[in-house]
Amino acid sequence: MLFLQYTILSFVAVTATAVVLTRDPAKQAIGISFYGLVMALMFFIFQAPDVALSQIVIGAVALPLMIVLALTKIRRQEEEQEAERKEKKAA
Amino acid sequence: MKRRGRLVFFLISAAAFAGVYLWGLKGLPAVGHYRGPYGDVLNQVGTYERHVTDIVTAVNFDYRGFDTLGEEFILFMSVIGGTVLLRRQREEEKSEHKDESLDDKSPERQAPEPSDATRVLTLGLVGPLVVFGLYIVAHGQLTPGGGFQGGVVLATAPLLVYLAGDLKKFKQITSHTLVEVSEAVGAGGYLAIGLAGLILGGSYLRNVAALGTTGMINSGGTIALINLATGLEVAAGFVLLLYAFLEQTLEIRLRGGK
Repeated sequence: MLFLQYTILSFVAVTATAVVLTRDPAKQAIGISFYGLVMALMFFIFQAPDVALSQIVIGAVALPLMIVLALTKIRRQEEEQEAERKEKKAA
Repeated sequence: MKRRGRLVFFLISAAAFAGVYLWGLKGLPAVGHYRGPYGDVLNQVGTYERHVTDIVTAVNFDYRGFDTLGEEFILFMSVIGGTVLLRRQREEEKSEHKDESLDDKSPERQAPEPSDATRVLTLGLVGPLVVFGLYIVAHGQLTPGGGFQGGVVLATAPLLVYLAGDLKKFKQITSHTLVEVSEAVGAGGYLAIGLAGLILGGSYLRNVAALGTTGMINSGGTIALINLATGLEVAAGFVLLLYAFLEQTLEIRLRGGK
């Protein structure tokens, strides 16, 4: 049991560092999803199934989803602004 | 600030943080050696007092129900905030240059149709996912889970419809008035159950409903009812957010000749 706990804690540390070191937000969203999954496993191993369940739906699904949706939104706006600028230049 | 200055600043604050952090860690009890009486007492009496088998849910929705009420309204307010922020942009675009923003996209940038495999898998998962979400919501008082967890599971069902490429259906589901109504009913339901406790039992959120038999789905009194209300609110809240985020994309893709 102790071995499992140490293993999962080091997994959490590694994935968290990886998320921080990733610079591209889109890739970061995928990374944070994996990190959420590892965190859920950690809560499960530490015998907190209630928290693990919340973590798996929020950390591994909802949070990355919201990040990706927000990125899409931002990108679309940037594209539109770019298009407007080009139009003005042409006119 | 120069790079060197920044580094020195970082090292000093990191050292200070490490010191305080280690000092704090020293005071923690060892893993598995819980000190406080509160959790032990609840583990002893929770099942007898409230007829539930998941003490965590009993704490969240009964003993500390007022805290969870606050949490639920944090979610409620963030959903409203998100929708309001995204809605303003939408109306601006509609009034000013509606047609340009939607039509002058290069048509070759259309998202590709999902493959048959994706469509079969996602649509096939919708049914089991809804059942599983309802199960998690309804069994909060018996096993790990409850309104929050089950609600998010439920909210991912329309997303699967989106992934399957059935955009019209996705729009029908997520923009339905019923979603907004459910959001309000879920949030208000929690408050109302609390008020019922105040009127019938003398204190806010008092567990006044019949407690039922331990281990059965109707056990736990108001705990089960609050879980249902929370599940409704969380599911509807996330669906509202999904629609708010994807609405513009939807309009463009639906107009794109599909």
